[in-house]
Amino acid sequence: MIRIDNVSVSLSGTSILEDINLELPRGGITALIGPNGAGKSTLLSAIARLLPLTAGSITLDTLEVAHAPSSELARRMAIMPQDNVVAGRLRVKELVQFGRFPHHRGRAGPEDHNAVREALQLFDLESIEERFIDTLSGGQRQRARAAMCYSQGTDYLLLDEPLNNLDIFYARELMRTLRRVADHAGRTIIIVLHDLNHASAHADRIVAMREGKIVADGPTQSVITPNILKSVFGYEIDVKTIAGKPISLHFL
Amino acid sequence: MLLVQLRFWLYFSAVHSAMRNVNLILLASLALVSIVLFLSVNLRGNLQFVLELRVVKLVALVQVAVAVAISTIVFQTITTNRILTPSIMGMDALFVLIQTVLVFFLGGLGFAALNSTYKSLAEVILMSALACGLFLPILRHTTAMTLMLLGGIVLGVLFRSLSSLISRLIDPNDFAVVQSVSYADFNTIESNFLPPFLILTLVALLVCWKLRHVLDVFLLGRETAIGLGVNWELYAVGLLALIGALVAASTALVGPVTFLGLLVVALAERIVGTQRHSQMFIGACLVSITLLVGGQTLLSHVFYNAVPLGILIEFVGGIAFLYLLFSRMRA
Ligand SMILES: Nc1ncnc2c1ncn2[C@@H]1O[C@H](COP(=O)(O)OP(=O)(O)OP(=O)(O)O)[C@@H](O)[C@H]1O
Ligand SMILES: [Mg+2]
Repeated sequence: MIRIDNVSVSLSGTSILEDINLELPRGGITALIGPNGAGKSTLLSAIARLLPLTAGSITLDTLEVAHAPSSELARRMAIMPQDNVVAGRLRVKELVQFGRFPHHRGRAGPEDHNAVREALQLFDLESIEERFIDTLSGGQRQRARAAMCYSQGTDYLLLDEPLNNLDIFYARELMRTLRRVADHAGRTIIIVLHDLNHASAHADRIVAMREGKIVADGPTQSVITPNILKSVFGYEIDVKTIAGKPISLHFL
Repeated sequence: MLLVQLRFWLYFSAVHSAMRNVNLILLASLALVSIVLFLSVNLRGNLQFVLELRVVKLVALVQVAVAVAISTIVFQTITTNRILTPSIMGMDALFVLIQTVLVFFLGGLGFAALNSTYKSLAEVILMSALACGLFLPILRHTTAMTLMLLGGIVLGVLFRSLSSLISRLIDPNDFAVVQSVSYADFNTIESNFLPPFLILTLVALLVCWKLRHVLDVFLLGRETAIGLGVNWELYAVGLLALIGALVAASTALVGPVTFLGLLVVALAERIVGTQRHSQMFIGACLVSITLLVGGQTLLSHVFYNAVPLGILIEFVGGIAFLYLLFSRMRA
C-alpha cells in the first residue's frame, strides 16, 4: 500500500500539490486522471522520490520514501516518467537490461537475462531489440521504456502516460498486458491516463485530480459519472454504459 | 591473501572482457609504440641519466593523460552531454586563479618555497570543494546544454579576468612565476609534484573503474538513475569532488589545456563505438596517452619543437569542439 499523508509540493516557489491525503491499496490498477497541469506527474514523481516534498510523508508498505535507501526502493517500485528522452546511444535490448540494475548492480545473472527476455516478449519488442532507441518511432520508444520499467520486476509500477504515441492496437495491448500483470503477478499499477475510456475499461480504481488537489477517489464505476467528470474537466460529459463499462462521450 | 588475489583476478577479467573490442587492442598497440619511441628515439650521452629523465617525464605525461581522460568522461556523464568538459566549464582557469592568488599573497619566492606535498594536498581539497560548490548548484538546476555552456563560459571568463587582474597587481618578478603556471607546457614538467598527484590519479582511476556500472546508469539521466536506485545527489557530489581533484592533478603538472579532454573523449567514443564506461575508460586513456606521448615524441624529434604540443592540441581540439557543437545544433 502507498500512503500519502498531508503531502505538499512546491516548485520554484509556486505550490503545485496542496495537502494531499491518499491511500493506494496493494494490487490492481489505479488510474490517475485530470486536466493538463493538474499535478498528476508531480504526484507520481513525488511518490517515486524524484522530487522533494515540502511537507508531509509518503510510505510504501513499510518504507518511508524520503528516508529509505534508494536502492531498496528501486527493488520495490519502478517509474516510467512522462517525457524523458533516453540519453545516450543505446539499443532497445540494452535499455531494457538497465531495468535489472537494481538487482545485480553491474553483473547480470541468468535470472536477469530471463527477465529481460520476458519483458521484450511481453511488449512485442523482439523484432526490434537490436535497433538504436533514437531510430525508433515514438510508439516503439514508448514500448521500450515500458518494457524497461516492467523488467525491473517490482511490486509497484508507476507509469506516466504510457499510452502517449501508441496506436489503438498497441494502446489496447499495453492495457491488457498491464491487466494480466496485475491479475496474475499480483503487481500494483498506478498509471496516468488521458483516455478516460481506457481507464474505464481496464482500471479498478480511479483518482481524479484538478489544480493540485484530489477531486475524487474510488472504484471506476463510482468516479466515471457526469457530475464528477464535470467537476474535474469543467464541462458536461455524457456517460453511457457499454459492455458493462462506463464509457464517456467526451468527444461530443 | 587469496581474497586479494581473487579480487585482482576479477578486475583483471573485467578489463580483459572489455578488451575483446578489436579497436581497443589497436589503440593499446599505438599507445605502446608511442611509449617505446618516446623512451628510445635519439638516446645519446649518459644513458642512465637520460633514460631516468625520460621515464620521469613519461610517467608525468601518462598521469596527465589519464587524469584528463577520466575527469572528462565522468563530467560528461553526470551532465549527460558529450560537448562540455571540466576545462571548458572553467575548472582549470579556477586552478590557475588559485595559483595566482597564492603568488600574490606569498610572493614568487614564498610560492616556490612551499612544500610540494602539502601544497598539492591543499590544492586538491580546495579544487574539490570549489568544484562541488560552484557546479553542483548549476547541475541541480539544469543539465540543458546551452545554459551549462553559458554558465561555464561566464565562470571561465570570470576566473581568467580575476587572474589577470591580480597578476597586474604583483611585481614583475613574481609575474614570471604566474606566467609559468598559466600556460600549458609539456616540455618542462613540474616533477616535484608528481608523486602526490600520481597516487591521486591511481586512486581516482580505481574508483572510476569500480563505479563503471553506476556511471552507465548515470548516463540515462537523473530521473531514470534515481528510479534505478542510484543515490544521484551523493554520487554527483563525490564525482564532482573527484573531478576537481583530477583537474588539479593535471593542471599542476603541465598547465591548462582547454580542449584536450574533449578531443580525447570524442575520438575514443568514435573508436570504441559504445558509451559503456568499461570500454570508454580504457579507450580514452589509451587515446590520451597516444596523443600526449606520441605527440611529444613526434614534435620534439621530427619537428624540433617548432610548435609546442599544447598549442597544437588546442588548435585541433578547438576545431573538434566547433564541429561537435555545430553537428549537435543541426541534429
Ligand atoms: N519545475 C517546475 N516549476 C514550476 N512549476 C512547475 C514545474 N513543473 C511543473 N510545474 C507546474 O505544476 C503544475 C502541475 O504539473 P504536472 O506536470 O504535475 O501536471 P500534469 O497533471 O502531469 O499535466 P499533464 O497532463 O499536462 O502531464 C503545472 O501547472 C505546471 O506548470
Ligand atoms: Mg503529466
